[in-house]
Amino acid sequence: MTDDCRGSRLEPLTFDRSRPGHRGATVPTAGVPAAPIAHLLAGASLRTRPPALPELSEPEIVRHYTRLSHLNHSVDLGMYPLGSCTMKYNPKINDEVAQARGFTDLHPYQTEDDAQGTLELMWELEQALLVVTGMCRATLQPAAGAHGELVGILMIRAFHRDNGGASRDTVIVPDSAHGTNLATATMAGYKVVELKSSDRGLIDLDTLRSNLSEKTAALMLTNPNTLGLFEEDILEITRLTHEAGALVYYDGANLNAIMGKARPGDMGMDVVHMNLHKTFSTPHGGGGPGAGPLAVCARLEPYLPAPLVSRRDPNEAPMRRADCREGCASGPDDDGACCPRFGLDYDRPASIGRVRGFYGNVGVLERAYAYILSMGGDGLTQASEDAVMNANYLRTRLSGTYDIPHDRLCMHEFVASASRQKRDTGVAARDVAKRILDHGVHAPTIYFPLIVPEALMIEPTETESLAGLDAFVDILVAIDREAHESPEVVTGAPHTTPIRRPDETRAARDPMLRWRSDTG
Amino acid sequence: MSYLVHTDADRALMLRRIGAASVDDLFTPIPRELRTTALDLPPGSPESEVAARVTSLAERNRTWGSRSFLGAGCYHIYVPAAVRSLTGRSEFATAYTPYQPEVSQGTLQHIFEFQTTISELTELPVANASMYDGASALAEGAFLAARHTSRDGILVSAGVHPEAREVVRTYASGPGLPVADLALDPSSGRTLVPDAARLEGAAAVLVQQPNFFGIIEDLEPLAEAAHAAGALLVVSQNLLAAGLLAPPGQVGADVAVGDVQPFGNPPNYGGPFAGFMACADSYVRQLPGRLVGETLDADGRRCFTLTMQAREQHIRRAKATSNICSNQALCALAATIHLALLGPTGLRELGATCIARAHYLHQRLTELPGVSSAHDGPFFNEFAIRLPVDAALFAESLRELGVDPGVPLGRFDPAWTPLLLVAVTEINSPRDLDAYVDAAADALAHPKEAVHDR
Repeated sequence: MTDDCRGSRLEPLTFDRSRPGHRGATVPTAGVPAAPIAHLLAGASLRTRPPALPELSEPEIVRHYTRLSHLNHSVDLGMYPLGSCTMKYNPKINDEVAQARGFTDLHPYQTEDDAQGTLELMWELEQALLVVTGMCRATLQPAAGAHGELVGILMIRAFHRDNGGASRDTVIVPDSAHGTNLATATMAGYKVVELKSSDRGLIDLDTLRSNLSEKTAALMLTNPNTLGLFEEDILEITRLTHEAGALVYYDGANLNAIMGKARPGDMGMDVVHMNLHKTFSTPHGGGGPGAGPLAVCARLEPYLPAPLVSRRDPNEAPMRRADCREGCASGPDDDGACCPRFGLDYDRPASIGRVRGFYGNVGVLERAYAYILSMGGDGLTQASEDAVMNANYLRTRLSGTYDIPHDRLCMHEFVASASRQKRDTGVAARDVAKRILDHGVHAPTIYFPLIVPEALMIEPTETESLAGLDAFVDILVAIDREAHESPEVVTGAPHTTPIRRPDETRAARDPMLRWRSDTG
Repeated sequence: MSYLVHTDADRALMLRRIGAASVDDLFTPIPRELRTTALDLPPGSPESEVAARVTSLAERNRTWGSRSFLGAGCYHIYVPAAVRSLTGRSEFATAYTPYQPEVSQGTLQHIFEFQTTISELTELPVANASMYDGASALAEGAFLAARHTSRDGILVSAGVHPEAREVVRTYASGPGLPVADLALDPSSGRTLVPDAARLEGAAAVLVQQPNFFGIIEDLEPLAEAAHAAGALLVVSQNLLAAGLLAPPGQVGADVAVGDVQPFGNPPNYGGPFAGFMACADSYVRQLPGRLVGETLDADGRRCFTLTMQAREQHIRRAKATSNICSNQALCALAATIHLALLGPTGLRELGATCIARAHYLHQRLTELPGVSSAHDGPFFNEFAIRLPVDAALFAESLRELGVDPGVPLGRFDPAWTPLLLVAVTEINSPRDLDAYVDAAADALAHPKEAVHDR
């Protein structure tokens, strides 16, 4: 806990360590007859000053980043109950199989014949996601959940344009919604109306009714919502919205709660995005890459971004017998036709168009596919059951110690509040979160959703053991005791992390957003 | 299912403490008519079978190693082993957005190093923590310009990658920003500088450097024209050329975007990579995405934290600069490490090898009968050739001879059917180049049907 101990663990920047003349990689020389560079680039403006990239050897760079890695908390180090982020364990086999050269070397403009393995994987992943969501067709293009949201809302805009709804200019969003929902609607050119939640933390049908109109383009919601509560009136919500001529967008950030238990398609959803880095266990990478596939109902299918992955039956597009795969379900027939063939379908005249280059974060798709194979339908269902059980277990055990504004059956997460601690001891949600870090556990999401004061949004996920959950309860109970007995320990936390609280005001007032040689 | 951690006894105990008779009781908030009991998917598989299945799919792909000359925004560049070794560390891979800086200095610092690296390569003072990819970063660059100038017109050079142009149009369709193309000079392949009338009301001029056809644009006159009309110049920059070509900031660009893919991120059928965005100081409050800043902790030590979050969706909600939430931190880390390994000397040498080999191959190919250069402007590691035959058929012939010779451009525009876009990097050895030329000579001497008959 001493400053010395902490200081020794911090690491200079690569730019601070740089020494002229060092290098960490060599590259082949040209080895062909060639004119001087200046001649080859005649007519082009050239760089006048070399970029100040670090000059370091490979061993120095490896040590630098290894030491940096030691400054991170991660799922592999300990519990990470960050609400709405589904920080479940990321199986190692998924990373390993995704590193196969047949995947990583595959260029996006190779022929479809060259890419049959990846295309088949993408097709099968799409089919599995449709089973989980109960939707009709999906695009794998969006790079993240918010990216999927943008695709979905642009598709809804295109649908209304083609169906006499061009004057619909408003998207309705509950006040418990993720910030991305509102930002997406704005980015897609819509006005946003926020819907006040009921006392029970749900969408109030009368409030919804009074906000729906001929100007409403869509309702965006998360179910279970960000309080971890299932919208019990969901069928009436979608019915009323459809009756008003609007569509319903399902933010799938919380899909981990309901796999095998309920399907957004059955709820009446028109558009659904999924976060593969949440529900389907791909590593979050410190902020990405994720993937945000978007599934839609039949009437929106024409608007999906092109290209979609297509599957043609062997009879339509026969493959040569020599190409028949071992274990191919159809097997070669007498004419030599065999195996479905996978392709990219660009012939989609009503498509809203692309939202990124190429086809998606394919490396993430590969990992999610492997996860679904491992789990199977029964395993995914069990994962949701365990996730919901873990959340309810924590909620039940913590409800004596912390306020839980909606203390009833929750789904995969719940929102506690430190408002009692704040009132009685001055210890706020932020302080509780910082003190949790001292125990080798990541903090919950704090101050979100906005409708709960001093919110601690807790999502344990299904991969946390009973012992781990009990330890987390003990930590939170101990922090409550500390708040009463020695609040300065909590308000001064964390004490054992590599740094203490950063001065955020200073960072924002006088932004230093890159290294400078005189500040190192 | 080995990732599930509870025994049945654990579950029974937990349910008892919750006060539920069965796990089904936990799902009673879901209306009965919605409840399902199972997923119509195959049962789970042991790890060995998962590995076998997914690996068999990888093996079903065909790849070409150093005999691939495909580029068009995605390049085969050798990734040093240290890159994957370090990015594979689970402390980086299994963390999330660094909301708690006290336990996220590893991620925050490598993002700060990334921002510095991008700032150096673009020669613009501020870079964000990364975007989804180069194409969506270009669209976000256009939006930034529209916010800053309070104008809506977007002018996109025909030298921008066709897919990136499409992404700009898709994004622009929401708020209804009008998008128009800027033509190329047919002989040089460079963007024609628009006149004042064309630029009236424009928020942004979007160009790519080097452009889609590999041609090095002359950015200075484009910057002058854009600025004279009150518009911003947004440059989509290929970082592979950043060691040699004038960076956007040196020649008057206001915003630089692009994709880090050539560094640390193998092609992987198009992703994941990381986009980047850098800009002049005056636009920093308009930047989308995460920003990491340097500050001091309570003990006065240098540390890093997410900053200027008032621009972002989780604070500003409907008024955010963008809806972007996650970035591509791990892909950005791969690029940061690869570029640190190369250093300024390695980056320059890598560019020099690419350019020398590309020019050698260009010369040899354009000596073949009927083959000509599509443009006469300067190029870096990529160029378009005009063939006497359909480029797709030509490519098919060469693949039969063991070379994947480039991207037939007819897939983007039927008018480009005779054009083949050829990219050369340091993985294509001199022997590979000569093999390409021999195969091309063979294929041209025996057009497609003749090859089939042999």
